[in-house]
Amino acid sequence: MMTFSLWDILRNLLNGAALTAVLSITAFVLGSLAGLAILFARISKYRAPRAFAKLYIEAFQGTPLLLQLFMLFFGLSLFGLDVPAWLAACLGLMLFTSAFLAEIWRGCVESVPRGQWEASASLALTYGEQMRHVILPQAMRVAIAPTVGFAVQVVKGTAVTSIIGFAELTKTGSMIANATYQPFLVYVLVALGYFALCYPLSWYAQRLERKFHAPRTN
Amino acid sequence: MPLVQTNRLHKFYGTNHVLKGIKLDVEEGEVVTIIGRSGSGKSTLLRTLNGLESIDDGTIEVDGTALVAGEGDLRALRQKVGMVFQQFNLFPHLSAGQNVMLAPQVVKGTNKREAAEIAREMLARVGLDQKFDAFPDQLSGGQQQRVAIARALAMSPKVLLCDEITSALDPELVNEVLTVVRRLASEGMTLIMVTHEMRFAREVSDKLVFMHEGRVHESGHPQEMFAQPATPEFANFIRSLH
Repeated sequence: MMTFSLWDILRNLLNGAALTAVLSITAFVLGSLAGLAILFARISKYRAPRAFAKLYIEAFQGTPLLLQLFMLFFGLSLFGLDVPAWLAACLGLMLFTSAFLAEIWRGCVESVPRGQWEASASLALTYGEQMRHVILPQAMRVAIAPTVGFAVQVVKGTAVTSIIGFAELTKTGSMIANATYQPFLVYVLVALGYFALCYPLSWYAQRLERKFHAPRTN
Repeated sequence: MPLVQTNRLHKFYGTNHVLKGIKLDVEEGEVVTIIGRSGSGKSTLLRTLNGLESIDDGTIEVDGTALVAGEGDLRALRQKVGMVFQQFNLFPHLSAGQNVMLAPQVVKGTNKREAAEIAREMLARVGLDQKFDAFPDQLSGGQQQRVAIARALAMSPKVLLCDEITSALDPELVNEVLTVVRRLASEGMTLIMVTHEMRFAREVSDKLVFMHEGRVHESGHPQEMFAQPATPEFANFIRSLH
């Protein structure tokens, strides 16, 4: 029978943690870009993009992430598309992230008082100029803390991708637990790994919240 | 020809007919004050003049730029019509100077140095040249409103709309704002105001417009109107002020 030293366990878990980090960052960065596009559709002057974005957001918010991954992973293979686990994981988390971020950011844009729109309109700024110079700079301040906070959810959300066989931290943990017969030790280490990834983000979000909780004039 | 001209202006909020065929002429350099009870349509009328409220019928013409039942070049109109709001609406993420610089830079393409010069000049006009770098939350309400006036002036508008600009101010801060408006009036700025400061309105206005139920009910020279109300509604309104 093979034996595993603590270092063997740790080494493998660190590899898994690295994949978790890479998956989180990829999903978050791509999801932010897609989320920005969904945001602009959601607050558009036109009905069609607004309706599409609303449906998109509700679909992703109203179903479990796990099912979204299943549909990507198993559903696409029905159409003859062979989706590898890593691609399904990235894609699924990206879509999930984009929907949530778009909704978080919509709230931030709408928190900018109507008077800001009116004042900038009365100065003859176009919609795009209002957005760029007046609305988004104010919305961004409000958005930073909840956005970083949501990043924590994304990191924890990556654990779900273990189900479709992507060898991130949780999947690595369960494989090692099976091989070493030391599930408690392994899962405690796995949990510590997530905590080490998430805690700095939570801490940072809290700090930003205090920093940007600036007084407003109206 | 009048600088500002509206004809047969109609506006509905759903089934509520708020403006019922307004005809208003404002000559260049004239100071016009619109008064009336709340709900009479006075603020709505003011806000149609720079397209913040759309109109359902009629025309608005300002210095040759026309808006016909909502169709027309809003951007061109807004460059001729400045507006100051009850709630100041300064951009809180920008300093006083940057608030004034923004529109000249973005809309007119003025370069930064020149825009800063304009901003200093406009802030000096409202007596705040030393507050160029202050942020809105570091200014009193009166100072914020003066920056808002400077911001509107920086676009060199043909006419300035003032929508109850002292109503949100503490009483002791009202005068500094009225002093600025009084000076603008004496410099020949065309002003259209909605205000509850009746004494001030009588003092600076060339023309008073009394609105009642969506119509211009009575208008004329303020002293004469107050001395001899032509309609019972206006007489009632005056009585309710005391």
